[in-house]
Amino acid sequence: MRPPSPSIPEKEFLLTTLEQSLRLDGRGLIEMRPLELSFGSDLGCVECALGNTRVLAQVDAKMVRPLPERPFEGIITIHSEISPMASPEFESGRPGEEEVALARMLDKVLRRSDAVDREALCILAGQRVWHLRLTIHCLSDAGNLLDCACLAGIIALRHFRRPEVEVLGDEVTIHPPTSRAPVALALHHAPFCLTFAFFRPSSTSTNTSSITPPISLLDPSQLEQRLASGTLSLALNAQRELCVVHKAGGIPLAPEELLSAVEVAVRKAKELDTLVEARVKEDWLRKKVEVR
Amino acid sequence: MSVVLPGESVPAQHVNLKLGPGLQYSSGTEEVPRVLATRAGTLEHSANRSKWWVESNARRYVPASQEFVVGQVTGRQGEGWRVDIGSAHNASLDGLAFEGASRRNRPNLKVGSLIYARVSLAHKDMEPELECFDAQTRKAEGFGELKGGFVVRCSLKMSRNLLDPSHFLLPLLGSRFPLDAAVGMNGRVWISSKEPKHTIAAARSIEAADPDGGGMDQVAVKKFLNALDL
Repeated sequence: MRPPSPSIPEKEFLLTTLEQSLRLDGRGLIEMRPLELSFGSDLGCVECALGNTRVLAQVDAKMVRPLPERPFEGIITIHSEISPMASPEFESGRPGEEEVALARMLDKVLRRSDAVDREALCILAGQRVWHLRLTIHCLSDAGNLLDCACLAGIIALRHFRRPEVEVLGDEVTIHPPTSRAPVALALHHAPFCLTFAFFRPSSTSTNTSSITPPISLLDPSQLEQRLASGTLSLALNAQRELCVVHKAGGIPLAPEELLSAVEVAVRKAKELDTLVEARVKEDWLRKKVEVR
Repeated sequence: MSVVLPGESVPAQHVNLKLGPGLQYSSGTEEVPRVLATRAGTLEHSANRSKWWVESNARRYVPASQEFVVGQVTGRQGEGWRVDIGSAHNASLDGLAFEGASRRNRPNLKVGSLIYARVSLAHKDMEPELECFDAQTRKAEGFGELKGGFVVRCSLKMSRNLLDPSHFLLPLLGSRFPLDAAVGMNGRVWISSKEPKHTIAAARSIEAADPDGGGMDQVAVKKFLNALDL
């Protein structure tokens, strides 16, 4: 059953507090919720939490025949499971508008941005390639499910290690992880998705030539996301390259506002990159993935 | 204080036995019906062992008669309104269920407004019904529309704690800044104060002291409020 839209007091209170630059959970306007990661026992399994929003991602690899039009590339498929477990807004069975939008953004950010080097997944040209399957389970939606899902996906891809294969002529031998250390995936870059929510300020000034810019928040909570006048999702990597800019309708933005959002996103992407890198390496050491 | 699971027999014996939430008589073909627990939790009883109940926590509200709830109006229904109280079915609130209401003089509630009401009828197979006046005096006594402020979600045990006069949280908040609060037993608390940052502090303290997600005690909440400069 769809929950009702927010009540009038909640709407008015949120706008009043935003005009004083206060957020309901005490964060700053461009402050993200603290990221909590927990890795599973398998390589490539990670649960990512931004506050109460939780997503579980799992990577699986198997050997298949490549597509006939691309005999030198591996295959990557992303499957996103969004069920009413995450929020009563999502319906089971037929995917609704928001679920389809989420799945399409995940595809754009993780697959079409060429994050994973597909040619490195080739084992025997034309006959055997790796097929990577990334499954994303949305466990709980307390706002900004998209960022959490993209984070979980890219961290799972970073964390995953495939078995080492040896090719002699036409013979392919897969070495189990106990005899040869598994190999990490070759990633070109790691895109991070950051979502901003915009709110139209109440027009208090009578001077119509000066238009007050909209109030922008990073990492909106559930109430902020439902009451926002527009959202902007930016996917970029730590090397300042924009992968996806997604703004579907909503309040119009001036170029300066868009660029300042990009600047904020660049800083956050760099912080996330160093954090993720450190945590993945620490977990690899703990699991004793390889002996040097 | 023992822990019971649903379906377990409970040794409750008294001349004037009253069963509270979580307990019911077994409906089998026995001479003396046994008392069974229907919820998992700790078994509690009053001092003279006449009242027994199961203490547990949950977030999903099941309406019970004569409980006070905070509801949100979701639409009109004939002469009255449909109100969402967080239960499985929306509740109905009649247009005349207010103090001094008559055919010509009815309150003007908009879709999306919040109300504080009393559940007058609650059966598991029927839609719950609400009333906005006290059962005995038939006067408003605080029921009706809640204007302004903000509503916080919490677990059901937390809302029961907030209604307990010996709980520390609301008096502690009231000593720091003036505060209006309406506690609904459906896990929703409406709070209102003059400064938005006071309302935010109250909302965050309620979430922090909730046994479900924080479980802060009095000392920890005092430190939390001091850190917010209050």
